Amino acid sequence: MSTLLTAMTVVLCIAILVAAIVSIQVKGDKSMSIAILAAGLVSLLASVLFLILAAPDVAMTEAAIGGGLTTFLFFFVLARMRNGEREYEEANHD
Amino acid sequence: MIKRFLALSLLVGIGAIFVALMMSYEPDASLNLTARYYAENTASETGSANIVTAILVTYRGLDTLGEVTVLFLASSIIGLVLSLGNKQNTTLRKLVPVGELLTTGKSYLAPIIMLLGVYVFVNGHLTPGGGFQGGAIIASGMLLLLLSDPLKHFSHALISLVESLSGFVYVSLGVLGIVLAGSFLDNRILPLGDFGDLISAGAIPLIYSLIGLKVGAEFSSMLANLSEMEDLQ
Repeated sequence: MSTLLTAMTVVLCIAILVAAIVSIQVKGDKSMSIAILAAGLVSLLASVLFLILAAPDVAMTEAAIGGGLTTFLFFFVLARMRNGEREYEEANHD
Repeated sequence: MIKRFLALSLLVGIGAIFVALMMSYEPDASLNLTARYYAENTASETGSANIVTAILVTYRGLDTLGEVTVLFLASSIIGLVLSLGNKQNTTLRKLVPVGELLTTGKSYLAPIIMLLGVYVFVNGHLTPGGGFQGGAIIASGMLLLLLSDPLKHFSHALISLVESLSGFVYVSLGVLGIVLAGSFLDNRILPLGDFGDLISAGAIPLIYSLIGLKVGAEFSSMLANLSEMEDLQ
């Protein structure tokens, strides 16, 4: 493996770790959305890592399922939860 | 405090195991026996340009059939568990309004995403990717449609028809391999064609397209079931 690829791998690994820590530790108003996006970022960066390691088939699976489907699914569930919260609040107001 | 310490020491332990594994790892100087066989004989035996696809669909086709079966079981069980509850009353449900960007974007993006999925599984024997990846991409297109219109209803009858028909034809092609070519899921029941062409590698493009449709339908039925589930009170 050339020096450039090694350097890229190290940078990617650090970025994956940072994204993972962000997705666990993020606090604040939109923390849930940011956490989901950061978790998706972990998968996306991991798929780039697989590509560097010459495994394009695995990279594709990781990007499609980890980065795409799972992230979308989390947002979907989050939207359903928000709907539920809204209904609960409205029911308590009346 | 003690819980935190336990979690931390567990993490350090796992980290130490991985470091030890990394340190003792030495890449092979040459391919091992099985890998060499695949590298040398895939092109002449199966006519597939993508060795990974040739292994997944023909050499280890039975394993792939098992994987598809596991996914089928998971999707049926999700359908079973969720259908025990009542279907939601769509007229009563109030929804957070969907953004303009999503509603406009989905009508342009969803067809392209699904087309990409079809491209990925049809070209499985030539380029990286295949049935599973293509199916997942198709399902994410479906999910985009569901996100932009949460009350959308997909035809469950159509999804089940696609799912069971492609599964049936997949297994039939496998059995046909025993009769015509000598082993289960043998791709040489169809002519191998010219190496690198879209229609080549015998039955591999056909089988992988069926797997793609099956996986896409299974993921889609899971998502549709989840979206039609009634909110818990």
